[in-house]
Amino acid sequence: MTTQSVQSIETAEPIVAYEDTAIRQFSLAAVLWGVVGMAVGLLIAAQLAWPELNFGIPWLSYGRLRPLHTNAVIFAFGGCALFATSYWCVQRTSHVPLFLPKLAAFTFWGWQAVIVAAAISLPLGYSTSKEYAELEWPIDILITLVWVSYAIVFFGTIGKRKIKHIYVANWFYGSFIIAVAILHIVNSAEVPAGWMKSYSAYAGVQDAMVEWWYGHNAVGFFLTAGFLGMMYYFVPKQAGRPVYSYRLSIVHFWALIFTYMWAGPHHLHYTALPDWTQSIGMMFSLILLAPSWGGMINGIMTLSGAWHKLRDDPVLRFMIVSLSFYGMSTFEGPMMSIKTVNALSHYTDWTIGHVHSGALGWVGLISMGCLYFLIPRLYGRKQMHSTKAIEVHFWIATIGIVLYIAAMWIAGVMQGLMWRAINADGTLTYTFVEGVKATYPFYVVRVLGGALYLTGMLVMAWNVWMTVVSGRAVRFAVPTPQTA
Amino acid sequence: MEILFLLIPLSVALALLIIGALAWAVWRGQFDSIEAEGERILRSD
Repeated sequence: MTTQSVQSIETAEPIVAYEDTAIRQFSLAAVLWGVVGMAVGLLIAAQLAWPELNFGIPWLSYGRLRPLHTNAVIFAFGGCALFATSYWCVQRTSHVPLFLPKLAAFTFWGWQAVIVAAAISLPLGYSTSKEYAELEWPIDILITLVWVSYAIVFFGTIGKRKIKHIYVANWFYGSFIIAVAILHIVNSAEVPAGWMKSYSAYAGVQDAMVEWWYGHNAVGFFLTAGFLGMMYYFVPKQAGRPVYSYRLSIVHFWALIFTYMWAGPHHLHYTALPDWTQSIGMMFSLILLAPSWGGMINGIMTLSGAWHKLRDDPVLRFMIVSLSFYGMSTFEGPMMSIKTVNALSHYTDWTIGHVHSGALGWVGLISMGCLYFLIPRLYGRKQMHSTKAIEVHFWIATIGIVLYIAAMWIAGVMQGLMWRAINADGTLTYTFVEGVKATYPFYVVRVLGGALYLTGMLVMAWNVWMTVVSGRAVRFAVPTPQTA
Repeated sequence: MEILFLLIPLSVALALLIIGALAWAVWRGQFDSIEAEGERILRSD
């Protein structure tokens, strides 16, 4: 780090400083919502093993808390981490402060309002029933306003940049912002029928197609492109080395955004969706392996020649292991989209395992690594309060993920095989409930894995708290052309 | 599958937008000396 706080620079000219207030807020919010979202996830994982944990209270029932968990971890935890890192990255790579900082403040408070509205309305039972888009129409409108503001702040900052070249991470962040806007607007098209009730603009299989066009592209652009933006800025910064191949980063960016849009139909194999549409979905999903691995290889190879840094830098370890999980889940995904494999995996817990290898492994670990990079800097500290605690967090989280996904792989394949087993006379070998019973031990292992992952997040929250209370918010001067 | 009358034109429009952005980037010299750009973020922020 060659940055200096504004106070320490002595020049005659007034100093222009980066706008970091929203970044501080989003970083701390990400940690808070991470704890909340993962705690809800742990509760519903426990409910699957021990259904009595519903306590007979409708607000705590699985069906209502499951969307709360997914919304909280994806949009609250992941979303806040994306806002924070993108605002940091776009300023530092453009050498200008944020465009319209007041609008950036609105994106923070508006996004928190969306999260709180979700946390209240979902347990009350308000839901559009669209997966990952459960929030009712008034909240959808607020999301749209926040997102358009986000786009204005981000692209406005790019527009007034002092560095001619737009750094590759900003291309990823930019595509994520544009794609999510389009996906949200098309998928959330609905006819209001009262303040908290609406009907989708589409019906039947058309609606299913739009839902998974949205759903998989949310994975592609929210959970992949956005976090690849993080990776391309923060991995080189933490490693102190430039990205392995800048050329590959550009090729894989354009390849990824060209091919992502049509992977969605693989969520609808063997449904009423026309067969050829399913096959197109499978084909595009298989193609995606190449650009996905381009990013994974590029990120990991950034450490080429400096592997020793992994030994004593737990933050870098978070980032590199997250890339390993990214590589694993982007290999597993295309395999699962193959129709014959999907015939076994669909509707089983294998899918849940796959999602969490991406969510806990890739999205979670890369976000945590970036927050460990950002938070000490934002509060004028050289490093986090306790490096030992980062180390502990890393190992608890990694063991938690492995327990979680291994349990779900075994459970999923077992369920798939039990459901398809047929006796000589053509009757089913197992009743459905026998499959549920056989899954019980794996549900318990999953609870254990989830508990470990949440424990790691609590260690992080403590570490962040200690770092923040002993530090103070600092401002960073924008490099002037002479010093840049 | 009337929905394809919405989704396919949308995809085509997006693909054209992406091609446009790529063309803009190439012609504006965004990719002229790319390996140096990877180093730049390490020198300053």
